[in-house]
Amino acid sequence: MSKLTLIAGGSTLVYAVLAVLMGVLPGMVLSRTKPGPGVVPLTPLQREGRDVFVANGCSYCHTQQVRPLAEDAVFGRPSSAGDYAYETPELLGSERNGPDLTNIGVRQPSEVWQYMHLYNPRSVVPQSIMPDFSFLFEVVAKAPAGVTPVAIPKPYAPEHGVVIPTRKAQALVAYLLSRKQATIPGYSPPATAPSGTAAAAAAATSSATAAGKATFDAAAGARLFAANCQSCHQASGEGIPGVFPPLKGDPVETAADPTEQISIILHGLEGKTIGGVAYPGQMPAFAAQLGDDEIADIIAHERTSWGNKAPLATAAQVAAERAKPAH
Amino acid sequence: MPSRTIPTGADVTRDVFSVYTVCATIWLVFATLIGVLLSLKFAYPDFASHTSWLTFGRLRPIHTNDTFYGWASIGLVGLAYYIAARSSRTELYSGPLAWLGLALFNVAAIAGTITLGMGINDGTLEYREWWWPIRLVFLAALIVSAWNLLATVARRDTEDIYLSNWYTIGGVLWTCIIAIVAILPWYQHGLGQVAVSGYYMHNAVGLWFTPLALGVLYYAIPKLFSRPIYSYALGVFAFWTNLVFYPIIGSHHFLFSPLPWWLQTTAIVFSVAMLVPVWGGSANFLLTMRGQPERLSRSPAMFVLVGVLGYLFGSTQGTFEAFRSLQEIWHLTNYTVGHSHLTMYGFISFVIWGGVYGLLPRATKKAPDSLLMGIHFWMATVGIVIYVGALSIGGTVQGLDWIHGLPFIQSVTDMAPFWLWRAVGGSLMFLSHLVFAWNVWDMTYARGHVHLEAPRAVEAA
Repeated sequence: MSKLTLIAGGSTLVYAVLAVLMGVLPGMVLSRTKPGPGVVPLTPLQREGRDVFVANGCSYCHTQQVRPLAEDAVFGRPSSAGDYAYETPELLGSERNGPDLTNIGVRQPSEVWQYMHLYNPRSVVPQSIMPDFSFLFEVVAKAPAGVTPVAIPKPYAPEHGVVIPTRKAQALVAYLLSRKQATIPGYSPPATAPSGTAAAAAAATSSATAAGKATFDAAAGARLFAANCQSCHQASGEGIPGVFPPLKGDPVETAADPTEQISIILHGLEGKTIGGVAYPGQMPAFAAQLGDDEIADIIAHERTSWGNKAPLATAAQVAAERAKPAH
Repeated sequence: MPSRTIPTGADVTRDVFSVYTVCATIWLVFATLIGVLLSLKFAYPDFASHTSWLTFGRLRPIHTNDTFYGWASIGLVGLAYYIAARSSRTELYSGPLAWLGLALFNVAAIAGTITLGMGINDGTLEYREWWWPIRLVFLAALIVSAWNLLATVARRDTEDIYLSNWYTIGGVLWTCIIAIVAILPWYQHGLGQVAVSGYYMHNAVGLWFTPLALGVLYYAIPKLFSRPIYSYALGVFAFWTNLVFYPIIGSHHFLFSPLPWWLQTTAIVFSVAMLVPVWGGSANFLLTMRGQPERLSRSPAMFVLVGVLGYLFGSTQGTFEAFRSLQEIWHLTNYTVGHSHLTMYGFISFVIWGGVYGLLPRATKKAPDSLLMGIHFWMATVGIVIYVGALSIGGTVQGLDWIHGLPFIQSVTDMAPFWLWRAVGGSLMFLSHLVFAWNVWDMTYARGHVHLEAPRAVEAA
């Protein structure tokens, strides 16, 4: 055999074997992974939305993989193999310039918020660097019958006319809202999971709870508010007029009894009229995502900020409200 | 007045080398212009917005694919042809085949750019985003190139096959396999596709650009330093170890994912093993260059030196990034983007420049202006240092923010100054490419410039 055949052919043969071993075989075996319990295929509209997601390269900045690390717990439970049975093309992603979207349908279920955010992310998150997807919307003089225009706050709204989503935007939002992790029977998150705080801090907080918790962790409250509440209610606590209600001076927020506030955070809220304004958005339920201490800290933050002054809630009160049967 | 003379007997090897380099340079300028635009979008998200084909998610794959498959691929194949012919003391086997290959490379890159801009993306799977028929065109270009390189070396006038050709021919042949594995759909469902992505995204880099760039180094360094490579045997050893270790490490892109834990651990183990060919190869290059600092000054050897250091540092960094403990901080942050630029730019692009500046004048007998070459060198070097520095520090801050459980948006605002510095570094890099483009023109089709050795063509006007 000639030297050239040996070098070129030999090395290519070696490589072919390795390519089969490391690429093709793992692919074959793992392609047979069964869907996990509760993992279902997308509806046609959601699938269309996924195509919009792919066409516009959303996964270059948004992962869809929750790692079994404390820092990732904020995005949901760790992803399992069965979660990906219907995920072709795979969209695990390699970079998080924006947050992970594995569970975004649970973390931000408000359709209104998703539309506003897509039209111009800065209309709801001022610090956001996400591109706007205004090209998925149309500006018309008057919304056709049966179509609700997207409420865009003043500085971001077009000068004339109203904004309505195209079918692509509708499909994309349908896809985003479908991103809900299936519950794994018997799985419960580690005690420190939701905020990803260090174990020591968690231990300190729970001992405070045992003692009835007269004080609260102001830093944790501010941080949890920023991570979970701020994108709708805004850092100023003023919300977005007509879309997301203000917390500043709100009667529930300043009532002596915090029970209603606890209940809203635990179970979410939809279609509420506050001070004569009907709010279209949907507030997510945080019962599964936040612990009793954390909800107490958020309530404390809200009741001591923006001029609000009202009695705080204890973790025990949150636990009691959580224990009540769902209404 | 002497008129321009055409050398008797058309020099196909020279023409192929020249035109490949010109095409590659056009892709470099285009792809990095897109890169600068992307970097500005981090600082000014409303800049060049509102239009679908200018949105970040469509431009990013255009930037990566065109630097990979336009700039680096065409540039390296052009160099590989020249090296195959010269090291075999023969001429290129077939001009027409080379032109066909170049046309296929360019058609693929143009079609890929247009379709990605239109939003036709084959699943946002990194570095194989081109619609699959376009990737078949690229595969055809690879096959044509492999054939031409093999046939050139087959008719060599030397007993031995020079080491460079092991790397370049190997790289082209292996990449044909990579391209086929990436396209076939039968084993790419859900998590199975994740495994293939892990395999693909690292193999497309490490068994395509790396061996071709190493092939250029094994030829260019002995030429520029006028001495044989320090150890031929070490080069052969690095060839086989690189071949065996590299294909196994791809899954380290998906540590902590639901891929089987053993697959991830295997990838980490072989990422460490990669230090063997990387340090062996780097030592070989540096020992060949040792003790001749005077040869670096105002010479293409500067680019080669940075390229070797980029290979050494970038690859060693890659090994460390594969450790689980460090991935907890750096994975999914911008640190990774710094790493990919240290390797694709600090290593691959500098090697191509070293090869082009070092070898193209030997083919065309036209030397570039050494001041302009220096300006290119320093702008690119300072640019990449700022770029990688900013993203390495910023990426670490990002990772620590997450570990400390801060609200996600905090990691975005904390990155702002680092993204701005990245845009500064990136702009310097882009400007240096304009200088490079001028120099390429100077070395190929410009008339009446400084000539190297015996001038063949003279034009007074």
